[in-house]
Amino acid sequence: MATTATAPTTNAWGGGKSPFNVEYGKVMMWYFLMSDAFTFGAFLISYGTIRFSTNGWPDPNEVFKSFPFAPEGVHAPLVFVSIMTFILIISSVTMVLAVQAGKNMDKSGVVKNLIWTIIGGIAFLSCQAWEWNHLLHEGAWWGSNPFLNHDGTASSTNFTNYFFTITGFHGFHVFSGVIINIVMLIMTLADKFEQRGHYLMIEKAGLYWHFVDLVWVFVFTCFYLI
Amino acid sequence: MSNEAVLHAPAAAGSLDHGHGEHHEHHHHETFISKYVFSMDHKMIAKQFLITGMVWAVLGGLMSVLFRLQLGYPDSTFPWLEDLLGKWAAGGKISPEAYYALVTTHGTVLVFFVLTAGLSGTFSNFLIPLQIGARDMASPFMNMLSYWFFFAASIVMLSSMFVETGPFSGGWTAYPPLSALGDASPGSKTGMDLWIIAMALFVVSQLLAGLNYISTILNMRTKGMSMTRIPLTMWALFFTAVLGVLSFPVLLSGFILLIFDRNFGTSFYLSDIFINGVGALPNEGGSAILYQHLFWFLGHPEVYIILLPAMGIASEVMSVNARKPIFGYMAMVASMFSIAILAFLVWAHHMFVTGLNPFLGSVFVLLTLLIAVPSAIKVFNWLTTLWRGNIRFTPGMLFAIGFVSLFISGGLTGIWLGNSALDIHLHDTYFVIAHFHIVMGVASMFGMFAGIYHWFPKMYGRFMNNTLAYIHFWVTLAGAYMIFWPMHYQGLAGMPRRYYDYSVWESFKQFAELNQFISLVAMIVFAIQILFLFNFFYSIFKGRKVTTENPWGSNSLEWTTPINPGHGNWVGEIPEVHRWPYDYGKDGKDHIPQTTPIGADESHH
Repeated sequence: MATTATAPTTNAWGGGKSPFNVEYGKVMMWYFLMSDAFTFGAFLISYGTIRFSTNGWPDPNEVFKSFPFAPEGVHAPLVFVSIMTFILIISSVTMVLAVQAGKNMDKSGVVKNLIWTIIGGIAFLSCQAWEWNHLLHEGAWWGSNPFLNHDGTASSTNFTNYFFTITGFHGFHVFSGVIINIVMLIMTLADKFEQRGHYLMIEKAGLYWHFVDLVWVFVFTCFYLI
Repeated sequence: MSNEAVLHAPAAAGSLDHGHGEHHEHHHHETFISKYVFSMDHKMIAKQFLITGMVWAVLGGLMSVLFRLQLGYPDSTFPWLEDLLGKWAAGGKISPEAYYALVTTHGTVLVFFVLTAGLSGTFSNFLIPLQIGARDMASPFMNMLSYWFFFAASIVMLSSMFVETGPFSGGWTAYPPLSALGDASPGSKTGMDLWIIAMALFVVSQLLAGLNYISTILNMRTKGMSMTRIPLTMWALFFTAVLGVLSFPVLLSGFILLIFDRNFGTSFYLSDIFINGVGALPNEGGSAILYQHLFWFLGHPEVYIILLPAMGIASEVMSVNARKPIFGYMAMVASMFSIAILAFLVWAHHMFVTGLNPFLGSVFVLLTLLIAVPSAIKVFNWLTTLWRGNIRFTPGMLFAIGFVSLFISGGLTGIWLGNSALDIHLHDTYFVIAHFHIVMGVASMFGMFAGIYHWFPKMYGRFMNNTLAYIHFWVTLAGAYMIFWPMHYQGLAGMPRRYYDYSVWESFKQFAELNQFISLVAMIVFAIQILFLFNFFYSIFKGRKVTTENPWGSNSLEWTTPINPGHGNWVGEIPEVHRWPYDYGKDGKDHIPQTTPIGADESHH
């Protein structure tokens, strides 16, 4: 039954310790990420539903074909967004290195890799700002869609509506991540983690950062590839 | 550097000492602000949630009395209404706009602010650290933030009632296009903006709270408090928190899309719309049904967010006052678990008549009816807990039994409504109103009352008055049935919900006296709740004092704390736990607290 006289108190779930051997903040972060995954899931499923019930949709190769500083009319489909994606993935790598350095109590390694991660995040956001600005100049915004469907017919504004809402929401997450990483950097430089004897906060920030990267993979697939 | 160092570090950053070390009464100087306003003590935060919830319950209840006046006495005028509501009741008669605003705000406030924040907010905060043996929540600071986000949501919602165009009036579910287009109705203008801001703040509050509840229950149980030794209230509140953390974000997504539709010219939910006086709208390609999917993906789990805490409280209170172990502890946990899973898989049963594919509808019928299985298991477990019990009819116990009664009678009609074929007839009738008010509204209220009466001595070190409590119980129980039973009958006769005046319909004229009767009872029941509030506040200051640590003879850990526990709950070490909390009447002993080690010759149960 529920309890017995011989129930061992040394097992992981027996109380008096964390069953997953992690402190509460990490449990919270994991549950928060699950929660956030549902937010993005709801957005992307809504997008899929609407797109599925719409007759035509613009061709991403035709919409996302520009490149900064390239002459007008250049045809470089998905080149720019591939670079953006590459930057974000590299920033995940540097985040891993920062977490690893934290585990080894290597302050200078944490600082160096955090700075690279922050630079990666800012670079991604800058690219996104350029892309949004470029699309805006082409006449695309919430409620206005200048692009035509594959077959040349007029397209629903829901293409741009969803594009700006979801990439914007993701960009907001990247922005928050950059802020968090900057706070982590300041705390590292102020020797906060050295005093605590561990760099666990870096690990939690890392979880968030990887999650934001992972979400981008889905956003990228939904808007640029399909 | 591993987790070990963090887990065993003397003081985890930014949190209380929640290890097992000595806890000294070394309270840093507490001011009024730090003790009563921006408190980080889970017990005080619980009381803040409770009292804010009570304020909302009075407001929301009063709204129902006002619109019941219109429904019961459609031909009468009440001049005092004009004094109260001004232009919304010109000539002493509630205007249609005001009627819809009252109905909408009543629903929103009762569902979210009273039965979510007021119920799980109160008892999660109060009971989790006390019953699992922790000094406080994992993050007292986030806990405080969650209350203040709720408070901000309350202020914004309250302010929506005072804007010129009135509060939102399109129903608590806020379906577009009514909620998306300011031109659609007066309440869809500023009132809706404020409604949506309030709800967004509320979602943040729920997220902060839920993360805290989950990590506290998982991580901070005292030594020996394994997951199968936590009281059923803990399991219930744990599942509630998980439901909230996973379903509210979907609502938030839905709201964000709605905000864009309202303010930024998008067409997520809008297509082919013509408004009188405005003309055809340019919006094309959206789907109003999409909003319903997003809303009910929260909306259905929300029902269990409201109900599960009441189930947990009823289980605990019932076992203590029947002086018997809860029947089928593991079955209770398993059924709550399956309810939590199924909660996510049944949302479309709110949408059977939206044009949903009938095949898909039949899948949702099956999943919906499956919920009857764990629900029935729980009901039989409660009944068998009562069976041959040594029952003490304390006010808490009465409300717990009343909860089971309401859960049965409201749950059975759920089986009717869960059938997509029957739902064609019953959808949006008073049958639905009766069903959900009994099974989730009143039943959860009863769970909340059971909890308040039962844990009041722990909260304030005094008892509430029993005589007033008995009057409160019997009038509320009889009143609830007298209000909602006739509504089943009206609903079966086809009376739709949300109409302003039934007396102009030939088919529904026959219900004039019945409507009057319902309104009259509603007023009496509301008045009795004021009696309860009087009892509550009077007893805080003047109630009979609690003289022993464990007045109910209960096994669970909260009764091992001092009568008025300080911040940190236990003086000295947190007790170790050796058994489950339901050893009542075992081996000839009345009760054996969880802290008592297993005896050498003790029987297995």
